[in-house]
Amino acid sequence: MKIIVLVKQVPDTEEERRLDPVTGLLDRGANECVADEINERALEVALRHRDANKGTEVVALTVGPASATAVLRKALSMGADSAVHVVDDLLEGADIAATARVLAAAVQQAGFDLVVTGNESTDGRGGVVPAMVAEHLGLPLLSSLNTMEITPERVAGEATVEAGNLTVSALLPAIVSVTERSAEARFPNFKGILTAKRKPLATLSLEDLGVIPHGGGANSTVLTVSERPARTAGKKIVDDGTAAKDLADFLVASRLI
Amino acid sequence: MFELSEDQQAMVAMVRDFANEALAPNAAKWDETKHFPVDVLAEAGTLGMGGIYIQEQFGGSGLTRSDAVLIFEELAKADPTIAAYISIHNMVVWMIDSFGNTEQRAQWVPQLASMEALGSYCLTEPGAGSDAAALATKAVRDGDEYVLNGVKQFISGAGSASYYLVMCRTADTGSRGITAIVVPAETPGLSFGANEKKMGWNAQPTRQVILENVRVPVANRLGEEGGGFGIAMKGLNGGRINMGACSLGGGQTALDKSVAYLKDRQAFGGPLINQQALLFQIADMETELVSARTLLWRAAEALDRGAPDAVKLCAMAKQVATDAGFSVANRAMQLHGGYGYLSEYGLEKIARDLRVHQILEGSNEIMRLVVGRSVAGA
Ligand SMILES: Cc1cc2nc3c(=O)[nH]c(=O)nc-3n(C[C@H](O)[C@H](O)[C@H](O)COP(=O)(O)OP(=O)(O)OC[C@H]3O[C@@H](n4cnc5c(N)ncnc54)[C@H](O)[C@@H]3O)c2cc1C
Repeated sequence: MKIIVLVKQVPDTEEERRLDPVTGLLDRGANECVADEINERALEVALRHRDANKGTEVVALTVGPASATAVLRKALSMGADSAVHVVDDLLEGADIAATARVLAAAVQQAGFDLVVTGNESTDGRGGVVPAMVAEHLGLPLLSSLNTMEITPERVAGEATVEAGNLTVSALLPAIVSVTERSAEARFPNFKGILTAKRKPLATLSLEDLGVIPHGGGANSTVLTVSERPARTAGKKIVDDGTAAKDLADFLVASRLI
Repeated sequence: MFELSEDQQAMVAMVRDFANEALAPNAAKWDETKHFPVDVLAEAGTLGMGGIYIQEQFGGSGLTRSDAVLIFEELAKADPTIAAYISIHNMVVWMIDSFGNTEQRAQWVPQLASMEALGSYCLTEPGAGSDAAALATKAVRDGDEYVLNGVKQFISGAGSASYYLVMCRTADTGSRGITAIVVPAETPGLSFGANEKKMGWNAQPTRQVILENVRVPVANRLGEEGGGFGIAMKGLNGGRINMGACSLGGGQTALDKSVAYLKDRQAFGGPLINQQALLFQIADMETELVSARTLLWRAAEALDRGAPDAVKLCAMAKQVATDAGFSVANRAMQLHGGYGYLSEYGLEKIARDLRVHQILEGSNEIMRLVVGRSVAGA
């Protein structure tokens, strides 16, 4: 079985993240870039299946700038067998729709039985890439699974919905996205780090994939970006015997109760 | 020479993630409750930390001493006590892997490198510390066995470890009459003293190891009879730079906390960092740590190369780095004012933990003895 895990480089959530006010794009220089944690959970799900089932191959795939090689190296050090990096200047500023199109072409070219992704990235938080990829490929999507079970023909799992839990399954090939409740990602060990360099890492351009970009990476245009206004001090209630009432009035006025 | 390779950067990043997740949030609680987290050590073992600079053949990670000091500094940023125990454990595993025969290595290294089993280094005795060559614990040959009698003092990990690497006297010929013998925890006649009450290093036990007619097969001897002192000292070269690295990690955390605190704390009409007297303190602390780290990396590189001056450099680096770490932690406490003295702020624990690094694995006076003798050719 061949499992492709989609991974993404994102700015570290430990620090303040910024958009460039001029270009409207993410300011990549402003933060340390790291592998998105949700993808590491997706990778963990795939690796656990691989560890228990001989003959399983796990491929990490990313679409991103040259610096994104680092997240593929990390995936390889955690145990992925090989990696694919789609990198192309034409992809600068690519939006969700453009990225999904490229991802679909890349996984199709690589060939797979199962694609595992995170349900939403911690930076863009669009949460629609898995569905778009599935749509491009005409394959079933099991979205936002908390648990996941892979058998030779099927993938199944549980998702939380408003009214309760949903148990779903699909025939392979399929696309699955996982939530933060899925498997806790392992740390790479020293051996994994040292062997990661010797594993295959393919670099592909849009031309290699036969994808023709329409007018740059994005299908949409960012008109303006404005900074979040600075936080202003909250209201202080001094207790002169009526603080409880003042507090209740404040909560009512703010529609908090 | 001073730029980390890509692999080293990736290793440091992994160790940092592990330490931030598994050690840092628990360090204060383990210190308070004197809890030795063997489960977390086993997790560190799965990542390769039980045999960092041990050959890969029987499960070691095959890294260099230069890699190891980076790893120990990173662990110690989160908890110097746990980092230091991992260093002692590595020292034991390295001695077995380097001086054991193939059967011994195959038998002990895999379980130790994975940290399913822990090791203790047993050199010091109640009557022999700095003058370790004066140790009195006896091992007497009886057919295919040695019979061990004596008391070892201040043994880290004792009571929890599965293997005790005991330096014993097999002949009355000073340092040439000492032999290294591996004693498994379950051997009859082996017992342990109470967990010592101490200033720091509370998250790892320190006990006496008591040997009363302990019988172990001759096959448990590492190397030749009489070779034990040399083995023990070679182990300590690596131990010393690791202990120095642990001091730098603790000191670095204390410095980082101080910078953040002084920027935040308002007094005399602005943040305290605006007081140049305090800024100069920060500058001195940074300079001390960077100087010590520079020497430490040089010593680690010398040990990797097997350079003739490696022993001297390791001793110098141990002294400089453990002094720098404690002095920085102590000053960080001062910079935090009254809050530095409260456990909640985490500074006093760092100072308590780092203090012992100046005393053990060869006190800093003994480091001067090593350096002085080497310089004077005496
Ligand atoms: C928490 C803790 C954990 C330890 N863990 C271990 C362990 O796991 N295994 C182990 O074997 N040991 C361990 N030790 C023991 C440690 O290595 C010794 O305490 C240390 O070597 C000093 O020996 P001592 O305590 O007997 O002091 P002494 O040797 O009696 O020294 C007393 C003082 O005199 C100084 N001094 C001694 N001789 C000289 C000299 N020739 N010139 C100048 N000054 C000198 C010393 O530096 C020291 O300041 C541990 C100790 C502690 C406190």
